[in-house]
Amino acid sequence: MGPKQVVHMGRYIIRRILFAIPTLLGISLVIFAVLALAPGDPLAQFAADPSVPPEVREQIRVSLGLNDPWYIRYFKWLGALMRGDWGFSFAARVPVIELIGQRLPQTLQVIGLAYIISICLAIPIGIISAVKPYSAFDNIATTFAFIGFSVPTFFTGLLLILIFSVNLRWLPFIYNSTLEVTDWNSFWQQVKQMIMPVTVLALYQTGTLTRFVRASMMENLPMDYTRTARAKGLNERNVILWHVLRNSMIPVATLIALGVPTIFTGAIVTEQIFRINGIGELLIRSIQNSDTPVVMAITFIFAVLVVSFNLIVDVLYGVLDPRIRYE
Amino acid sequence: MSEANPPLETTPAASSLTLQQLSRLQPTKAPRTLWGDAWRRFRRHRMAVAGAVIFCLLVIMVAVGPLIYGGDPRKIDFGKSMLPPSLEHPMGTDDLGRDMLARVMLGGRVSLSVGVAAMLISITVGTLIGAIAGFFGGRMDSILMRITDLFLALPVVPLLLLLIFLFRDTLRRALGPETGIFVLIVFVIGILNWMTVARLVRSSFLSLKEKEFVEAARALGVTEPKIMFKHILPNALGPIIVAATIGVGAAIITESVLSFLGLGFPPDVPTWGRLLYDGQNFLDFAAWMVLFPGFLIFLAVLCINYVGDGLRDALDPRSRL
Repeated sequence: MGPKQVVHMGRYIIRRILFAIPTLLGISLVIFAVLALAPGDPLAQFAADPSVPPEVREQIRVSLGLNDPWYIRYFKWLGALMRGDWGFSFAARVPVIELIGQRLPQTLQVIGLAYIISICLAIPIGIISAVKPYSAFDNIATTFAFIGFSVPTFFTGLLLILIFSVNLRWLPFIYNSTLEVTDWNSFWQQVKQMIMPVTVLALYQTGTLTRFVRASMMENLPMDYTRTARAKGLNERNVILWHVLRNSMIPVATLIALGVPTIFTGAIVTEQIFRINGIGELLIRSIQNSDTPVVMAITFIFAVLVVSFNLIVDVLYGVLDPRIRYE
Repeated sequence: MSEANPPLETTPAASSLTLQQLSRLQPTKAPRTLWGDAWRRFRRHRMAVAGAVIFCLLVIMVAVGPLIYGGDPRKIDFGKSMLPPSLEHPMGTDDLGRDMLARVMLGGRVSLSVGVAAMLISITVGTLIGAIAGFFGGRMDSILMRITDLFLALPVVPLLLLLIFLFRDTLRRALGPETGIFVLIVFVIGILNWMTVARLVRSSFLSLKEKEFVEAARALGVTEPKIMFKHILPNALGPIIVAATIGVGAAIITESVLSFLGLGFPPDVPTWGRLLYDGQNFLDFAAWMVLFPGFLIFLAVLCINYVGDGLRDALDPRSRL
């Protein structure tokens, strides 16, 4: 990539970032409007509590700015967000950012590991399937992939609990979030409690990714450059691993980046099944408690994830595929 | 005028001759049609055919089953609490002694109709937006595509949960407990999933509107809506049908996720996801409460995905032989 290309790409990235900002503003406005225009009172639990006198309730409302029209509240929220202030949880009575900071590591641990495992499984399986299409291996892999993305994650989770916790009693079915890894024993316990949630997420992701790797490889195998590589006497192994795989990885890499927000949503279900106190569990609980600031913050984090990984995909495409120009 | 007549006179004779020749050349089989070809290719995809057959059986089971099967999905009998599967109760009973098979069939009706209805909404919205954007182009296109991009960036699952939690009581009061939540869930799933269809339809319309047959239709004075929906749309139908099939499966999963998180249908409406949600606490002593509804969701979605795969192969014009 020459210096001129770098300049073009820099401009392109800046343009994409500038475009991402209004998208995020739009999304935050949509979420805020949904929350604000919905029937129901965020302080309903205070209202139901007879020990809170109405004057105090009114004071709380005024102090939280709940009596302002919703668009004023939106701008107040946005201004605070810019200053790094994510608001204050109604239910936990701590700053939202602190609450999310406590929950995020558990979520990242599980989904990160699951994602890495599924990438490591999907790429070799996809390659072998594409090189020997309709062979016994490919048929089995395809069947597993279809099962993988057809079975709902909560059902896989419950099945695993039934087999490995209820019947075999090998693995704990409630995730102990207070466990601290200090020695080999606690490390082993941590591994044991992570096996099932990671498997559930990895199975689903591997299914989708395998199909995609296979399709991408199949598209590149009959290309002219593949024939050229073979014609100049390269052995099949080098043709596949150097020429075909490198080109097939371009769309796969983008799908891997695009899948990151999806796996975060997958975590919502897994955390609910295995009672992991991650960010997904916090979201569900906050929705049920009408804890608006937390719901707003987490939903917004999901939106930021989607938008930034879209951005990463666009840039990645340019880095990986020299055919793309930014004029 | 009269000079132009003689060649016209000979035309019927000439065409009857060629027709005679043609009829002699014609094979005994019926002529191949576009849909006939697609059907032949679909039949070759064994898993897709198996998927279609099993899915039809599932539909028949949930549609006709409750009429034949005597079990009552709502009759509570504590004396029969959590009985394992037997001849009397083929899928066992739940914690309140209700017959699981009857509940599963009733739940299947709701789950499958949510899937189909949500798909219809997302396909309709997506097709309309994609068709308008692709056909008219220009400013209309860029505005609609910006909206599509915005929707694509929305965090779908959190938003689904939020919308249902916030609006379910209002809609239940307005439309009744079952219809209200049905309308809400179908609408919310549909309205958050039209974006890929819109993009597909738009790109088909962009290339199809430049074709000669559209030009011919324009020259004949066909109105724009008619060109869009009678001339272009049928040619863009292949990818839409595939997306619709996959969409039903995705909507069934989404509904069951919502119900499983406790934010879907209320306890008195036993959808497959809701049955799983209710059953998960009895996993260690009444596993059948989870296994049957869970397996049926899996089976239905697996069949739909295989059918979608078969349809993709069948309707892809590149694979036309």
